[in-house]
Amino acid sequence: MSYFEFLGLYGDRIISGTLITIGLTLLSALLAVAIALAAGLMRMSSNMAVRGVATVYIEIFRGTSLLVQLYWIFFVLPLFGITLEKFTAGFVAVGMNLGAYGAELVRGAILSVPKGQWEAGLALNMSPAKRMRRVILPQAVVLMLPSWGNLFIELLKGTALVSLISVADLMFQVKQINGTTFLSVETFGTALIIYYVLARFMITPSMRWLERFMMRKMGRA
Amino acid sequence: MVDWRWDFTWQILPRLLAATGNTLLAAGIGYAIAVVLGLVLALAQRTPFNPLNAIVREAVEFIRSTPLVLQIFFVFYVGPQFGIRLSPWTAGMIAIGLHYAAYLSEVYRGGLESVPKGQWEAAKSLNLSMPRTYFRVILPQALPPSLAGMGNYLVGIFKDTPMLSVIGVAELMHTANAIGSETYRFLEPFTLVGIIFLLISLPTAAAIRLFEAWTRRKLGLS
Repeated sequence: MSYFEFLGLYGDRIISGTLITIGLTLLSALLAVAIALAAGLMRMSSNMAVRGVATVYIEIFRGTSLLVQLYWIFFVLPLFGITLEKFTAGFVAVGMNLGAYGAELVRGAILSVPKGQWEAGLALNMSPAKRMRRVILPQAVVLMLPSWGNLFIELLKGTALVSLISVADLMFQVKQINGTTFLSVETFGTALIIYYVLARFMITPSMRWLERFMMRKMGRA
Repeated sequence: MVDWRWDFTWQILPRLLAATGNTLLAAGIGYAIAVVLGLVLALAQRTPFNPLNAIVREAVEFIRSTPLVLQIFFVFYVGPQFGIRLSPWTAGMIAIGLHYAAYLSEVYRGGLESVPKGQWEAAKSLNLSMPRTYFRVILPQALPPSLAGMGNYLVGIFKDTPMLSVIGVAELMHTANAIGSETYRFLEPFTLVGIIFLLISLPTAAAIRLFEAWTRRKLGLS
């Protein structure tokens, strides 16, 4: 079978898998950003209990594997009365895992905003919340965007694991096709190239665009 | 609500601990491959032959931006199509070693680029051969700053070994899965796996941070 015949026969399934992978990536990226912001800010709270919760969360999710977390959320959480549908369990696990890594990025970036900016906010009698929102966070975002680009690629790669709880993403589809055709080079090779294209020609350029956009907004370009 | 059974826990713990040995072994072998191969990949981007540099650079990007679990499947299943059968362990070690070699090559690249240009010029004016320049002058200066990044990937490779379970390497996750499907109890095995991972990766990460601070002091970087 030529490669074109292969694509003709299985192209539909590969495309539907790719769309699910993209959907998963977007949803878990949203979740990861929200969690990272919340946990990153909580990590810097003056309240010890708040700080403790964030630290425990971050250490647990950074200290174990995504696969372990995924299986735990999918197989063990139902025993606690929380049953998530497999697609939901998939993007929640990926989002929570990468969110923990993101929280450290958020914290690091906030801490690297120059001290003068904090003092200026104080001198202008801004409330701490307003100072964070209007002065510190926008500058921190510019600092951390390049690292987020890498994190989103990790996130895309992480979504491939949800195929192991039978979410019909790209990885799952090619595994199924390989199971019936045994054309491993074609199936897995195609998937490798699709993941690469998504990472290199979609995530990276859009993050570059976002970096430039933020720089312009901050009047630094 | 949740019934945690301690008798069952004690019954499966020895089996999980035995599998932990395999997990550590897999991480160790994979890392050893990655440390050596990563250096090769980093140096192969610095040859005088530009097309080779570009190809290696692109290959590293490719490996870094595609999922490890897919690479493991690729290595494991492509062989048989051409009549080469790899055992799960061999295929797994090749895939994970290669994946992390790509990551480590970036760490080495950073280290190599941090060596001041004067060092190259000095080696050249002393008429040192290329291997001698690298082994006696450049690498001894490039590697110590890379140590911190290398440490992070040691923890990283350890946490990625559960992916080897998909092709049947009998590591921790694979064993927990097997226990789950034999007994229909997932709570204890999966929770124990999580705890074992935490107990190993948190102290290791802490030790690496201490080691990083120590090397920075030794190198006079802080």
